[in-house]
Amino acid sequence: MDLQTQLRQVSQTTLPQIQQTNDLKQLNQIRVSVLGKKGSITAILRGMRDLDPQERPQVGSLANKVRDEITAAIEHQRMVIEQQAMNAALAAEKIDVTLPARPLKRGVPHVINQILDDLEDLFIGMGYQVVDGYEVEDERHNFEMLNIPKNHPARDMQDTFYVKDDILLRTHMSPDEARELEAHDFSKGPLKMISPGRVYRRDTDDATHSHQFFQMEGQVIDKNITMADLKGTLEYAIHHIFGTDRQIRFRPSYFPFTEPSVEVDISCFNCDGKGCPVCKYSGWIEVLGAGMTHPNVLQAAGVDTDVYGGFAFGLGIDRFAMLKYGITDIRDFYLNDVRFLHQFKGGII
Amino acid sequence: MEVSYHWLQEYLQLNVTPQQLADKISRTGIEVDSTHVAADGLKKIVVGHILDVKQHPNADHLHVCQVDIGADEPTQIVCGAPNVAKDQYVIVALPGARIADNIKIKKGKMRGEASNGMICGLQEIGFSDAVVPKEFADGIYVFNEPVQVGSPVFPYLGMDDPILSLEITPNRADALGMHGVAWEVGAIYDQKPHFEKVTVTENNVATSDLLSADVANRKLAPSYQLRMVQNITIKPSPMWLQIRLWNAGIRPINNVVDVTNYMMLTYGQPLHAYDYDKINGHQLHVRHANDGEQLLTLDGKEHQLQNDDIVIADATKPVALAGVMGGAATEVSATTTTIVLEAASFDAVSVRKSAQHHNSRTAASSRFEKGTNLADINTALDAAASLIAQLADGNVTNGTISASSVTPLPVVIDISLDRINHVLGTQLSGDEVQHIFERLGFEVTNSDDLFSVSVPPRRWDIAIEADLIEEVVRLYGYDNLPATLPVMAMTPGALNSQQKLLRDTRHYLESAGLDQAISYALTTEEKATQFMQAPSFATKVAWPMTNEHVYLRENLISGLLNDIAYNVARKQNDVALYEQGRVFLKDNENDKRPTEVEYVAGAMTGLMTTNGWNTNKRAVDFYDIKGVVAFLLSNYHLQDAITYQATDQHLQMHPGRTADIYVGNEMIGFVGQVHPQIAKQYAIPTTYVFQLDMNKVLALPKQNIKAHPTAKFPAVTRDIALLVTRDVTNEQITDVINNNGGAYLQDVSLFDVYTGTNIADDKKSMAYTLTFLNRQQTLTEEQVNAAMNKIIKHLQEQLKAQVR
Repeated sequence: MDLQTQLRQVSQTTLPQIQQTNDLKQLNQIRVSVLGKKGSITAILRGMRDLDPQERPQVGSLANKVRDEITAAIEHQRMVIEQQAMNAALAAEKIDVTLPARPLKRGVPHVINQILDDLEDLFIGMGYQVVDGYEVEDERHNFEMLNIPKNHPARDMQDTFYVKDDILLRTHMSPDEARELEAHDFSKGPLKMISPGRVYRRDTDDATHSHQFFQMEGQVIDKNITMADLKGTLEYAIHHIFGTDRQIRFRPSYFPFTEPSVEVDISCFNCDGKGCPVCKYSGWIEVLGAGMTHPNVLQAAGVDTDVYGGFAFGLGIDRFAMLKYGITDIRDFYLNDVRFLHQFKGGII
Repeated sequence: MEVSYHWLQEYLQLNVTPQQLADKISRTGIEVDSTHVAADGLKKIVVGHILDVKQHPNADHLHVCQVDIGADEPTQIVCGAPNVAKDQYVIVALPGARIADNIKIKKGKMRGEASNGMICGLQEIGFSDAVVPKEFADGIYVFNEPVQVGSPVFPYLGMDDPILSLEITPNRADALGMHGVAWEVGAIYDQKPHFEKVTVTENNVATSDLLSADVANRKLAPSYQLRMVQNITIKPSPMWLQIRLWNAGIRPINNVVDVTNYMMLTYGQPLHAYDYDKINGHQLHVRHANDGEQLLTLDGKEHQLQNDDIVIADATKPVALAGVMGGAATEVSATTTTIVLEAASFDAVSVRKSAQHHNSRTAASSRFEKGTNLADINTALDAAASLIAQLADGNVTNGTISASSVTPLPVVIDISLDRINHVLGTQLSGDEVQHIFERLGFEVTNSDDLFSVSVPPRRWDIAIEADLIEEVVRLYGYDNLPATLPVMAMTPGALNSQQKLLRDTRHYLESAGLDQAISYALTTEEKATQFMQAPSFATKVAWPMTNEHVYLRENLISGLLNDIAYNVARKQNDVALYEQGRVFLKDNENDKRPTEVEYVAGAMTGLMTTNGWNTNKRAVDFYDIKGVVAFLLSNYHLQDAITYQATDQHLQMHPGRTADIYVGNEMIGFVGQVHPQIAKQYAIPTTYVFQLDMNKVLALPKQNIKAHPTAKFPAVTRDIALLVTRDVTNEQITDVINNNGGAYLQDVSLFDVYTGTNIADDKKSMAYTLTFLNRQQTLTEEQVNAAMNKIIKHLQEQLKAQVR
């Protein structure tokens, strides 16, 4: 048998062997037996020195071709075998991905605080500073400086817990505004502030009344602040909290510390203004009170009303939360049933 | 203020529906709470004429009536009312009718007798008990004026009249009378209200010959006016007047009292009628009450008068609490023939105080304390005298007694167009503004857009520029205002360091798995003063609403334990809560105000992990909550070392499972297990808590973060197990290790604590991993060995530790 025939024979017998192998060890044995130092092709090539020099290139070229074919076939088969092994291993590792996850728990911020933080961030973004005052206040800052003198009927609007004759639990966040008005140096620039916090009223707790609740008030005092600015600011805040699809209605009202005064309604979520029990068939829900700061308030704090003026607003955080999330009992905020708290996971959307 | 749409139509021509009117009033100035028609929802209720009444054969209290309801044949109705009688014109609910509370009337039999409907009292068709005339309070209603049999009763009873319920704010007391409401609505629709002129026909008996009056001090009653009507006959008022009253929420009584109330509704001016013959000495004095004086008022209450009450007294005693209520002794009764009518203005503050003190807020007092239209005092008095004379067949005597009087003048306010537009952000023209003032009925002159506005006494709420600006903008329409954002110098907006610390703290605690709670700051004395970490006196509120909310809290933990109790009672057993808020501390009992200190506290109970397919349940323990505290404190960049010192000084805490938390030498709070006794009182299972004074945390020195390159050389770790007596603490061991570990010791971490088999009873094994690192070069074996040897030597010497 000449060398070329031998080479073809090796090729013909080895290639099917390779393809049938599904074991890496066996594959390696084939490689050694064909391509190794003592392998069949090596032996054939060794016989080339006995050939006629004219025949050598032909045989050499065939030998290279056969060797390359077999090498490629072995590489290919190795990949096939490895892939099979990997597939088998993966199949063995299959798990039930629908089993429950290992729990990771993050605590939930109280819904009241979520609304507070959201509003704080909104107003901070507009350049407001956040002011903290006192929960136990004096009458001067809670009433007198806000144009609510002693024995004024307007005091009936806020039933008050007294601690001493002239010391009380603040009934609104306005005393912070009075204090800031007193302290602010207008030569250093305008006053732009919000004051969020806990307030108290002498109320009997029921589904819609609480002796403790949260408010946020704000005021802007400068030389050219207009009622249109108040309207724009409140529209911006309300749309932020309640969505831009809410209609907003401004209505005249009365607060001793503002003149003109405004009450702001939004179109009812429930019926979209058609009228339903939620909005008492008016189509509107009252969300906040505001107005242009009363000259008596500015003057009580020593602010020159010929030069400076501005607006103030106040809103109930509990009320906002109740409206936004359809909470029907204000007491839920302060009982801290975890089933209630957990509903507000993930924060404001 | 309940405003009758029909009544309002007498003053104005309104071509709008009641709903449209209500919306317009709301948007322009006075909130309309609701609009309702009493007849809405009722049906098939008609006038019946009782032709015959027979005793029910089987029931003592029932009558069998034959009633003409306008049909061909009388219908039979069984009636249980005591006042039913033949020939009455009554309210009949026919079969198929709907009466109050949505009740449906059906044909039926009562004790064997057919009953085709129901004869009704006013309450049964929706009237409030408070307005039903006394004579019909316990029976059926009987018409005393001609009515059409078979026709619906609603128009006869004023139930078809839309009633607008106005929420009157304290500044708009001018709208507590129908004339004021008419002016307001007139301004909205640009109409001038039409009021009938009041005329009084007097007889020739001089009032001053019959009666004298004086006012001790003009401040008490700036205006005090009296008229008299003689020869009157007391009887029920005509239907139209009764309807006006009950539609406004006032019970009709008799033709005199009803007229005084009617004039109050008309003018907003309270009036009072005295029985002249019961006034001792026929003299009235307006003065302060004297010590020891008493007064029995019309509502049957006896009042101990006090010095600053203003009273009306006759020759011997007080006969009325001025501006609040009249006295029973001079009450107008069925036999009264001569009355004294009083119209006045009383000191607002005094009336308010008296009404509050005597717990007697009345329609009159609420008007006097907010002020009345001084220009209408005599008009209301004249109108009342005239109408009483007409309805009670009497004569008005000659002249008004005026013990004091005021001359109400318009208030003139100057304001420029520029000022109005500057405040509102509008570009109104001079003509627009002038027209608004004219619609309000204010006299106005305009010279070069400088207005001089004359505000009549009926709008006593308007005194300054800002008030006029409000009038302009509300009639211009708030909806028409532009919406802009302020244009002004930039102001930086940011949280300050305390606000940031508190907000961050909340986020850290939430990361640690605790839910935020917000509890009540007012609590009981006991709960307010538990779990305190600083000495303090309690702060109490003066008139608490309930026993549960009396004292301001001096700790946050008790609120959290309340919350846990609430949850556990509802089978929510695994609870981890925190609260961030203020406590109220007083250094001295007599401090005027407490200091408000920011605290944060946490409480955990139940399971840390529950049983799951790949988890095992584990109860919360001390080290869980300590972990929360340590995690929290690790975020504050505190300069000084944090240590936990065992303490048995907290009365409400477990004496063996509580630690005070120190940063350097500052005690900032504590952590531990709630005393089992206290847990029992709260009805809660084993609970762990912590509490920190955040004001102290804020004040503590902080480290600046200074970055250094990540170590290039490997760290070396060595484990060491020590046998020590059981009373040796972890802190003692780590202190010795840290103090002697040398410059390369980076970390000491405990990985095992063991007691039990193979270890003597009084000993325990503590095993630590020590980490060494040299940032400059690779540590040599010798360096680490040297450090370890030194550590071991000191552990042996100082703690008698044996290396295992």
